[in-house]
Parts: sequence; structure tokens; C-alpha cells
Amino acid sequence: MDMTIAEKILARASGRKQVTPGEIVEAAIDVAMTHDIEGPMVVKGFRKLGAKKVWDPSKIVIVFDHQVPANSIDAAMNHIMLREFASEQKIANFYDVFEGICHVVLPEKGFALPGRLTVGTDSHTTTYGAFGCFATGIGSTDMVAVFVTGKLWFRVPESARMTIEGKLPKRVGAKDLILKIIGDVGADGETYRSVEFAGTGMRYISMEGRMTMCNMGVEMGAKATIVPPDDLTEKYLRGRAKGAYKPVYADDDATYAEEHTYYVKNLEPQVACPHRVDDVRPVREVEGVEIDQVFLGSCTNARLEDLIEAARVLKGRRVSKGVRMLVVPASREIYLEALRRGILSIFAKAGALIESPGCAACLGGHVGVLGPGEVCISASNRNFRGRQGSPEAKIYLASPATVAASALKGKITDPRDV
Amino acid sequence: MMARAWVFGDDVDTDQIIAGRYLVKLDPLELAKHVMETADPKFASEVRKGDVIIAGRNFGCGSSRERAPLALKAAGVSAVVAESFARIFYRNAINLALPVLTSAGVHKGFKTGDRVRVDVRSGKVHNLSTGKVFKAEPLPDFLSEIIRVGGLLRYMKRR
Repeated sequence: MDMTIAEKILARASGRKQVTPGEIVEAAIDVAMTHDIEGPMVVKGFRKLGAKKVWDPSKIVIVFDHQVPANSIDAAMNHIMLREFASEQKIANFYDVFEGICHVVLPEKGFALPGRLTVGTDSHTTTYGAFGCFATGIGSTDMVAVFVTGKLWFRVPESARMTIEGKLPKRVGAKDLILKIIGDVGADGETYRSVEFAGTGMRYISMEGRMTMCNMGVEMGAKATIVPPDDLTEKYLRGRAKGAYKPVYADDDATYAEEHTYYVKNLEPQVACPHRVDDVRPVREVEGVEIDQVFLGSCTNARLEDLIEAARVLKGRRVSKGVRMLVVPASREIYLEALRRGILSIFAKAGALIESPGCAACLGGHVGVLGPGEVCISASNRNFRGRQGSPEAKIYLASPATVAASALKGKITDPRDV
Repeated sequence: MMARAWVFGDDVDTDQIIAGRYLVKLDPLELAKHVMETADPKFASEVRKGDVIIAGRNFGCGSSRERAPLALKAAGVSAVVAESFARIFYRNAINLALPVLTSAGVHKGFKTGDRVRVDVRSGKVHNLSTGKVFKAEPLPDFLSEIIRVGGLLRYMKRR
């Protein structure tokens, strides 16, 4: 029987010829990622179980990104615990506070590879699907099981396919497209499913853009989001890939529970309104809303392409008086390249604050915390109540171009107008 | 003491269950002090051992933070019954032996303060204040087994 990409990867990883949706399989994990928030819980569980050794240190990646550098004694203690664990277990793929956000670091270091089965203790692990792998978020106890046995049970998901046709217009990006899709299907619209983004339109969407789309797959409930690999994938992976890989493609008669087609050439800039990721409207409908803070950061939209897009809008201009703009490049590699190209100086001259790589304001526990009544427009992935600080703050989600345009004007602004 | 129902709506996300700023804490009782804080600031101080959360669709959406079900459990919550769950929360809850039951129509069948009895094995969710009984979807055998033995770590130890 014909299979989807998700089915093929899970069949291979569980040593079967064939799997069908609904079936429960035990699959061997190719890459397991944890970070400084869930990692300490994994270590605690590992000790509680009385385990001595991880199954394969070369398949584990640890990244510090949520509380970097440590901003409290608790955070510092968590870091110490995880550093010691990495050293004790001889985990060489350990990236301390300076490297960047896990979902950007793993692709950069060549761990996100076509056909692989990857798990991470973070819901945005779906990001790696941009490279044609099956990648999904799990909790810390599941990760203990992976660390000890190298295996995990999965319910084989139904698949859905989103066919993208056409080329996005100027100042409209992958973020606008994924927001539009989430607005259409809803916050639980794809729950438990693996969603494939296919169609000729994907050819025009860069690896960065594909990562943005797959990153936010979890905001519609998806278990995984997958883009079939092509020459852009190959190009990105050249010189990076950790080991050999084999791209996996869906069979012609694979079964999809649902199919949607998006014609994107007339897509407008989109914004998700507080406090729901699926309350998505064209920027035109909410323009003029006054803002206090602008956040250009996170695993969704702080890659080089995103910084370039925002810098184009801000070059030679200044952030509106009274507005705080935070720019947090997603990784050291991106930070260095943005520095080399003069992009960071564009932001600094515009009056923005530039922070070292990390999750920063996205989860409201580190820098750029919002106070009651404040309004933020953010290039990140979640606008849940209280996400970036006070439950009385409001968060709008938008593309790098839209947040930059809004920073300029001090209010939500369509980037095509500046 | 009789268990009481706490009713919440659709899409209760993990930031509402335990906010990001508390995630540096590892102690479950410390987390329990702030559980559901964003959704209902009174919850943490008023919830009693055995109480049950009744919710709408997509309970636990958002982050993979296992501290969400951990904090609920540490606060004394004995089960969550919802119209549907987000998948990572669902797995995490089972791994911690916090029963999570899916039951169509349950959300409208309760109001906060109703007395409730949940029988995890039979899947019966009884509103003792109104007399109505809701049927939850049965859990697959091995998930019930994980809950029965006290969570995934204990389940692994036995194997």
C-alpha cells in the first residue's frame, strides 16, 4: 500500500514494511534533543529510574537557549546540572549558552536530515520537518525513555497535505502564509496529524521560510510538519549534514485525511490577534493599534533572512519614540553574519536593543518581559495570555517585515506602506 | 471529602497551566503554587486533593512542558476530563499517571463547584450534583496500564 512521508519514516524506524494510521509502533530514535528548561527534568527522571548510561551519546543533542545567560540562581543551577550530565554521559553535541536557539542550532549543525526520526523536549521540534524528517515534541518523561532505550512508542498519525501554488508577493513571507493556514484550520485543526507542505509554490520558499512554516505547525496541533526535500534542502545541507541521509517522498497514491490548496500570489500580510494564534486577520484590519514593544526574535523568525527583511524596512530610519524594539538573532552563526553584513548596525542605529542569541522574550521568563496593559507585536509563535509576561499584556504575532514596519510607526502597520 | 469540578473553556494552553516564568523550578509543590494562575488566580489556593478539571476542546495546547501536568498533579487534581486534548500534554499526563479522559459533551454538563466522581477504569464521569453521567472514550490498554502502575518510569522499571 502507498504511504505518506510520515508513514514511511515511522515504518523504517520501527522495522516494518508498512504502517497504517492509528497503529501503535515502537520506533528507534535517530536524534534526541533537549534544552535547559526540560533537560533538568529529564536528568531527574533518569536518576530516579536508576539509569547509568544513555543509549547512544552521539544521538543526543543538548542546547541551552531558554535562560541564556542564566538570569537567576535557579537557572544557573539547572545549567550546572545539565553541564555535569553532558560531561558524565560524554555527550559531545552539547551547545552551551552562546550557541543559540535549539531549533536553529540543530539545522545549522546538520542534525536535521531527510528521512530521520527526531524527537525534542520542545513543541517546536516540528521545525526540523523543513528538511523532510519526522520531528515531534515530547515531554521529559518520554525523553527519559528515549535516553535509556533509544526507542519510543508512536501512534502512526493520519496525514494531511497543504499544496502551495504560486509565489508570495513582495513584503509577504512564509510567516504570513502559515498564519493564514492556522487561522483557516484553527488551533486544533490538525491535531495528531502529520502535515505535508507540498506544491510548486514551496520551491520559492527558502529553507528559512520552510522552517518558519514547520515551526508553527504545532500551533494547529500537528504532530509533525514535513516539506519534501529538494535542491534547496540539498544546498543547505552541503557541508553541514552529520552523516549520510536518504530523502523520503510520499507515494503517488498515499492517503491523506485532508487536502487544502493555497494560491499565494495575492496573499496579504497577516497578524494573529491576542490571545489566540488562530485569531488571524489581514494586517489591514488591525492597523493603527498602538504598540509598546516589538520583538524580532525566536525560533520562528530570527534567522538571517528575517533580519535582512526587517533591516530593509528600518535602514536609515528610527524606531518610533516610546517604542522598545528587541532584536535577538536566533544563533551565533546568524549573529556573526548579521554583524559582518552591517545588519546589526542598522538595528542599533534605528534605536533597537540587540540581545545575545536565545529564546529571550518569547516565553516571558528572561528579557523583555511585558507589564500590565502593554502591547507587543512579535515575530514569535505564541500570543497566549501571559506568554511574554503580564496576563494583562497583549501580543500580536506577525512577520519580520510587519513588526519592523510597526516599530517605525509605533502602531501596527502594513509593511507594504513603508 | 467529595471531589469538586473546576470548569474551564476551550484551548487552555500550557502557559495558562504553568507560566514560562516558573519553568526554572523543579519542585512540583513549588510549581503547584502557581498552577492555572493565568486562567484562574484563585485555583491554586482553593483546589483540594481529588478535584477534577473539566474542560472544552484542545486542553493543554502549546508547549511540551511536562511541568503542566506535573503541577496539576502536585496541586491535588485527580483527573482532567475534556472534549479533546492537545497531544503532547496528553502523553505527558499519562506518563505522570494523571488520568486524562476524553468525553464529548462533558464541558456543558458541569459547572464549577459541582460534585464529581470519575471512574478511570470504566470511563464513567458522574456529575453528582445533577445526576448526569458522561461516558469517556476508553484508553488503549497499555496507556491504562501506565496509569495503573503509577507512570511511565515505574512501567519501565517493571519491564
